[in-house]
Amino acid sequence: MHGWIGKILRVDLSTGKITTEALDPVMARDYIGARGLGTKFMTDEVDPKVDPLSPQNKLIFVPGPLTGTYAPSGGRYNVVTKGALTGAIAAANSGGTWGAEFKFAGYDALIVEGASAKPVYLWIKDAAVELRDAEAIWGKNILDTSDAIRAETDDDAKIACIGKAGENLVLFAAIMNDLHRAAGRSGVGAVMGSKKLKAVAVVGTNGVTTANNAAFEKIVLQARDKIQKHPVGGTGLRLYGTDVLTNILNQIGGYPVKNFQDGYFPTADKLGGETLAKTLLKRPKACFSCIISCGRVTKVTNKKYAGEGEGPEYESSWGFGGDCLIDNLDAVTKANYICNENGMDTITMAATIACAMELYEMGLITKEETGGIAIEWGSAEVMVELTRLTAMGEGFGKKLAMGSYRLAASYGHPELSMSVKKQEIPAYDSRAVQGIGLNFATANCGAAHVRGYTIAPEVLGTPMKVDKDAVDGKPALVILFQNLTAALDSTGGCLFTTFGIGAPEYAGMLSALTGVEYTEAAFMNCGERIWNMERQFNLAAGLTAKDDALPPRLTEEPLKTGASKGSVSRVPEMLPVYYDLRGWDANGVPTPAKLAALGLAQ
Amino acid sequence: MAKMLMINADKCTGCHNCELACSMSHEGMFRPDATRVHVFTWEVEGFSVPMMCQHCRDAPCITVCTPAALTRDPDTGWVNLDEDKCIGCKMCVQACPFGNAIWDEKLAKVLKCDNCGGDPACAKFCPTEAIVWVDDLVATRTRKRGFAEKFKQAFSE
Repeated sequence: MHGWIGKILRVDLSTGKITTEALDPVMARDYIGARGLGTKFMTDEVDPKVDPLSPQNKLIFVPGPLTGTYAPSGGRYNVVTKGALTGAIAAANSGGTWGAEFKFAGYDALIVEGASAKPVYLWIKDAAVELRDAEAIWGKNILDTSDAIRAETDDDAKIACIGKAGENLVLFAAIMNDLHRAAGRSGVGAVMGSKKLKAVAVVGTNGVTTANNAAFEKIVLQARDKIQKHPVGGTGLRLYGTDVLTNILNQIGGYPVKNFQDGYFPTADKLGGETLAKTLLKRPKACFSCIISCGRVTKVTNKKYAGEGEGPEYESSWGFGGDCLIDNLDAVTKANYICNENGMDTITMAATIACAMELYEMGLITKEETGGIAIEWGSAEVMVELTRLTAMGEGFGKKLAMGSYRLAASYGHPELSMSVKKQEIPAYDSRAVQGIGLNFATANCGAAHVRGYTIAPEVLGTPMKVDKDAVDGKPALVILFQNLTAALDSTGGCLFTTFGIGAPEYAGMLSALTGVEYTEAAFMNCGERIWNMERQFNLAAGLTAKDDALPPRLTEEPLKTGASKGSVSRVPEMLPVYYDLRGWDANGVPTPAKLAALGLAQ
Repeated sequence: MAKMLMINADKCTGCHNCELACSMSHEGMFRPDATRVHVFTWEVEGFSVPMMCQHCRDAPCITVCTPAALTRDPDTGWVNLDEDKCIGCKMCVQACPFGNAIWDEKLAKVLKCDNCGGDPACAKFCPTEAIVWVDDLVATRTRKRGFAEKFKQAFSE
């Protein structure tokens, strides 16, 4: 095989058995890799009803066919499992170098099953694979874990691991690789913790081949050129990182503030990418094979919040910032560092603190419970301290570790959790931008911006400008973006390349790389197949159409200030149209005809 | 005027595209272990430096190469490796003070930068001009000007 290696590594932690098997070429063609292939394994091998934290759940690390090649920004991998936070299918996507290194070791996927009785880590050096004792490493943070494992294995080993948060089963724990890159969302780190798997360390010395070197080089150079000439893909993201979005979203009144009580933050600029570039930024950093380099290497010298690392991304800056009514970039960046150092999803952590601030304001959370901490809006010190407590598993942090849905529900107010399928909504107000709200409501992994980023056309005007307030045509737009993203995620590519290229370039790169002819239509068809497969998993897990809903605040409480003042989300109007266009019945269940057309079992 | 590969480490983002392009152009596959250029990244600082053969004027690798597989091209000034003459003794690997002559066990041969014959793939695929293929005079002038500007900033205000 070309592009694919043709081999899967399987590790049973319950028995310690390590095996390899061949990758089925037809399965590879239809599900591509990464998110698609990982979800296919989950569908075939795991009962969707399992407890995510039980040994019956599986944890699957999957790069894509493009991973390890010079396809622009194509070095990514996904962690696919049943999410601890959501109880839905999870495919957490990460960059860095780990995915490519794993592929160079000679595998298309790592399927981890069962659970170990005591802490272990997996050490992969090409064909040599062994489970090693991790008793002495258990409890260490991401940096110390990575250093300790390198000392025991190889100086150049690439490490994907969990911190204390994953060990303590914080429901939104992340898996971190290359120190700062996160398979962040849905609680994949908690699943890893439940299996007592501390890390996967890898050194790979093999290669990835193409079916046609000259054709692949030609189309890669064309694709690179388009991205590099794009104002966002080529310039904006390198200069300012994703945090460049702060001012843009704030200006249109779509920057959620105070747990989504409003959509405009007067001092948002203090948190924006432009400010970051002038203050904390040391240099941009790239993931493997990336030509965009949106990564922010930063340093905070302010003694109160001192640290160094990567970030913040826009969503983290917003969450610890405006959503908590905070405009202190040093504090926001510190909270981001704490999440990176201990392996937690910044979006859910931040949004859970914002939710706690509202519950505290209502008098539902009391100082007795918090150990004397006044969880007040705008308190940067408290926000950082709550993040630390959650990471360490101490005090009120133990309660925050459940995420905002379970927290708010425990006080009788689940509606105050700004989440869908128990996963917190990122930094775009659904009242100000109609399409993105429908994407949040329907994303299979719970609310996520990276499942159908209609912000590109609705706000940034790329690849075409669409009226952000319109609902007509939005269901079709959302479906198009969701299908494209599902296919793209499965290649190992980065979503940010869509600031420059799309389905034609991806179909072309895959064809030249693998030798399997992907037309643009076939590529998009893979995306639709993957989306429907994820939906089937969720329905079998017990989710229903009721779970495709935004919190009532977004559909009932109009925005009070800013450029989108007076708007509410019109998801309830759009959802039936979305179901219909998807080929699903009124209950959001794919029809037999649709499943048959996609080659999916019923 | 001779040309050289100039490394601007301050521009390197650690993307490894140079390694991928190098292994593809020389070995026909993507394999960072089979490249003539290597990028080293310090994860905590987020700093990366690409390294490849500097084609030394007084090259230790040529001095120790008994079968004369390594020679200097008088026209280009490059240190060239004749794989047919190489006996795989790895003396050049021992001698290179920078670690830029590499022994690859899988290919059972020495890997050393050959400037891709005058159109280096690493420079072509570097997205940030951290590796550039330039006239040697221009290269040094550009860097000198950069440092001169720092003096200017320090003393002109």
